[in-house]
Amino acid sequence: MTDPSEAILQVRDLVKHYPLTQGIIFRKHVGAVQAVDGVSFDLNRGETLGIVGESGCGKSTVAKMLVNLEQPTSGQILYKGDDISKLSGRALRAVRRNIQMVFQDPYTSLNPRMTVGDIIGEPYDIHPEVAPKGSRRAKVQELLDVVGLNPEYINRYPHQFSGGQRQRIGIARGLALRPEIIVADEPVSALDVSVQAQVVNLLERLQDEFGLSYAFIAHDLSVVRHISDRVAVMYLGRLAELGTDTEIYDHPTHPYTQALLSAVPVPDPEAREGRARIILSGDVPSPADPPSGCRFRTRCWKAQARCAAEVPQLAVPEHLVGAGGPVEHPSACFFAEDMAAAGHSAP
Amino acid sequence: MAALLEVRDLQVEFRTRDGIAKAVNGVTYSVDAGETLAVLGESGSGKSVTAQAVMGILDSPPGFVTGGEIVFQGKDLLKMGAEERRKTRGDKMAMIFQDALSSLNPVLSVGYQLGEMFRVHRGASKKDARAKAVELMERVRIPAAKARVDDYPHQFSGGMRQRIMIAMALALDPDLIIADEPTTALDVTVQAQVMDLLAELQRETNMGLILITHDLGVVADVADKIAVMYAGRIVEAASVHDIYRAPAHPYTRGLLDSIPRLDLKGQELYAIKGLPPNLLAIPPGCAFNPRCPRARSVCRTDRPPVYDVTDDAGRPLEPPRGSACHFWKEQLHDRPV
Amino acid sequence: MRDPHSERPDDVDPLANAGTGGPELPNSTEVGIDVATEEAESLENADYTHPGDPGTATSATEARSLWGHAWRDLRRNPIFLVSALLIVFLVFVSLWPSVVAGGSPYDCDLAHSREGASGSHPFGFDLQGCDVYNRTVYGARASVSVGVFATLGAALLGTVLGGLAGYFGGWWDGVLSRITEIFFGIPILLGGLVFLSVVPSGSIWPVIGFIVLLGWPQIARIARGSVITAKQNDYVQAARSLGASNSRIMLRHVLPNAVAPIIVVATIALGTYIALEATLSYLGVGLKPPTISWGQDISTAAPQYRNAPHMLLWPAAWLSVTVLAFIMLGDAVRDALDPKLR
Repeated sequence: MTDPSEAILQVRDLVKHYPLTQGIIFRKHVGAVQAVDGVSFDLNRGETLGIVGESGCGKSTVAKMLVNLEQPTSGQILYKGDDISKLSGRALRAVRRNIQMVFQDPYTSLNPRMTVGDIIGEPYDIHPEVAPKGSRRAKVQELLDVVGLNPEYINRYPHQFSGGQRQRIGIARGLALRPEIIVADEPVSALDVSVQAQVVNLLERLQDEFGLSYAFIAHDLSVVRHISDRVAVMYLGRLAELGTDTEIYDHPTHPYTQALLSAVPVPDPEAREGRARIILSGDVPSPADPPSGCRFRTRCWKAQARCAAEVPQLAVPEHLVGAGGPVEHPSACFFAEDMAAAGHSAP
Repeated sequence: MAALLEVRDLQVEFRTRDGIAKAVNGVTYSVDAGETLAVLGESGSGKSVTAQAVMGILDSPPGFVTGGEIVFQGKDLLKMGAEERRKTRGDKMAMIFQDALSSLNPVLSVGYQLGEMFRVHRGASKKDARAKAVELMERVRIPAAKARVDDYPHQFSGGMRQRIMIAMALALDPDLIIADEPTTALDVTVQAQVMDLLAELQRETNMGLILITHDLGVVADVADKIAVMYAGRIVEAASVHDIYRAPAHPYTRGLLDSIPRLDLKGQELYAIKGLPPNLLAIPPGCAFNPRCPRARSVCRTDRPPVYDVTDDAGRPLEPPRGSACHFWKEQLHDRPV
Repeated sequence: MRDPHSERPDDVDPLANAGTGGPELPNSTEVGIDVATEEAESLENADYTHPGDPGTATSATEARSLWGHAWRDLRRNPIFLVSALLIVFLVFVSLWPSVVAGGSPYDCDLAHSREGASGSHPFGFDLQGCDVYNRTVYGARASVSVGVFATLGAALLGTVLGGLAGYFGGWWDGVLSRITEIFFGIPILLGGLVFLSVVPSGSIWPVIGFIVLLGWPQIARIARGSVITAKQNDYVQAARSLGASNSRIMLRHVLPNAVAPIIVVATIALGTYIALEATLSYLGVGLKPPTISWGQDISTAAPQYRNAPHMLLWPAAWLSVTVLAFIMLGDAVRDALDPKLR
């Protein structure tokens, strides 16, 4: 067993700006959508890092950059110390074997005109060195078995399966090359409640079996808490807070995390009266024209002049350094404080 | 007092080339004024079909109401003429859909679309209609309503568009609103805003609300009573507190158990085994039996009626409670199988 | 296979479908139920996902692709059957006209000029005294081959150019879109008159060439659109993240999923191309004698329609039936390939 705290993937100052252009043939740059703007985190070997945030916060863009579907505008993605974000050709293909993706939508992520065997076997066509031709069918059947599907289904087409079964096929495809890292972008959010649990359990079992590291991107905070060792909260292209699941869920110090958590409906009607809920006003600003300084300040009840002038960095806030306990974790807020200590200082 | 809406033994089927799909098989529920009924179910459970039948917007063909009654304010909607039904639908019942963007006409300003309700149903003048539109937008707390009344749907965010949909539903002061997954497309922080708004408006107007959803969290937050649907039937109906405290049907139990919980972190989640049934061939007996941990031979042969759930002394509960499980008693007390 | 109902398009906010899973029954009539059927069949196998439960594996259901479904639909569609039979007949006639015809179309006798129907000459005679039935039969070859070859050419050119533009986008896409717009601006008849009077020839090839020239932008536009749609599917991203090459993605993932609308538009275009050939021949710039075509016969018959309507009636009727057959075929194929209409 390797050192559990060893970072297998290090993300440094990742930036992705999509240029906004006008004109049809003579394109003129008129600005940029700042989808991701300076994101740094580590993914350790064998751990699950949950990345949560609302739609448009850039979490899916981060996922795409991790698997090289998008080229970062700047910044680095270090896989075992080597920057993989600028690779191409043979070197890129070699890295891709080790970082695979599971997609959100089980209905569009499988080619409807290919059989299950062709879909799961395609990785071997692209990387023939992994499995000699003769052994492929057996390997595909083994993978079907691993994800809990009947190996006899190999000649069926995707539309003959339900959403949950399709997601299992997508997971089998992701596992085919025996990757070390799996980036899962909302892998259960398109599934029915009763099927979600089956897929979450499968992902956890596979992690133990194959020693996988997961970057688990989702908007469902309770699922993320269940599966993650550490959690990163994103808001409008930046990380707001990063910590272990207890640090984030029980002692959030960033106002956005606090609002986000308080907005999650709790499946317990008894709790409905006593809960202090922070209802944020307004909408998420456009990533094409984000606020200066702290990006959350336009909706934040703690915002002061300083928040507009300076960008808070993701680090343990100065006044919490040495505080000890779960409060002491990186939070990109000048006025970070524990929710409990602040006495539910809702707006 | 009679309920605002009472659905009795409703049957809906879809006639397709592959056979008849029984989407709704005898659904009974009621809503009072000022009350929120949550209809909970997975896709294909028939929760939306029931609502569409109530609203009279079922795609027909292939969908047909084949039995039952939908009594709204004392009148059976299914026995009404088309014109009377259309009037009731516009005036007294309204529906909010999941996807606000495709429910609004992209080429008309929101002010025009809101005002249209008054022009068509109330014969208001253009100027009055516009003033009413602004008023409605203010009612659903859209900031700077006066300035935004001439904006087009795409100029609003998802949450704001859902507010406009709510405004549209509220326009003619309906007595009943059916909201079909109104916040599923929204982010949690926006979802909280919209659900709050709905609750507040309901208090103001005392309207009945049917909330169709698959989200057990949202239900716990806002519902008064719950009807859990599975394979076109209501398998459990109870007050929200009762159902979360002690479900009387194994399916409800399974749904509640599959929510990730704090104290069970690191353990396997409980998962209901198998898949939802095929509506063309619903299993005989109890439709849930192939997936049920409590299933016995009787479950495979006898379709359970909706039993009245009683207390230990056999007295009916207040509010009344029902479960379509032969072994509701065991389930209620969580006795081992 | 997603919810095809217009109320919930697939391409809304990705969260729109969060948690709702597959299609809700009311909105997906046939498709959803198709899935449900198979779900139920696999329900018995579902126990497999739970080791420990008694699993009863049934034999795998018959694998059937979208095309399989389409074919099953088509076989039961009377419109398809009628149009397909007509087209088979027309192709047969074009290949072996002598089998059907009563004699040579060039076997004319001015003595019979404009004579009406009689026993062995059911369609009567034309101005030159040729048998109208024979001329109509032999005219099928020119019309059908112009239709088929022009369609093949336009579809091939349009698919390649439009497909590449849709797949790679960017600069080439911009240029191609402008080119197609220029072609859309050319009035077909005026263009035909100019082009075909500059390139004189008696054979069918200049006509085909002209139709391909004007027809490909329409197909290119469709191909571009459907390639862009197919390209956005997650399975294309999945293939890319596996390291698949562009040619592999194009041939295995994009093209098979983009080709359906192209086929449909092409079948419909085929009918209109035949009509266009007839129009051009009628105007005197299309096919020329000795090639026999319906357009020419209609052209010569037009001035005579008062005293010899049969001369106009038969070739025009066959032209209409042929065009109708191809358009009906295209319609039926489109319906069969569109899950929303199933």
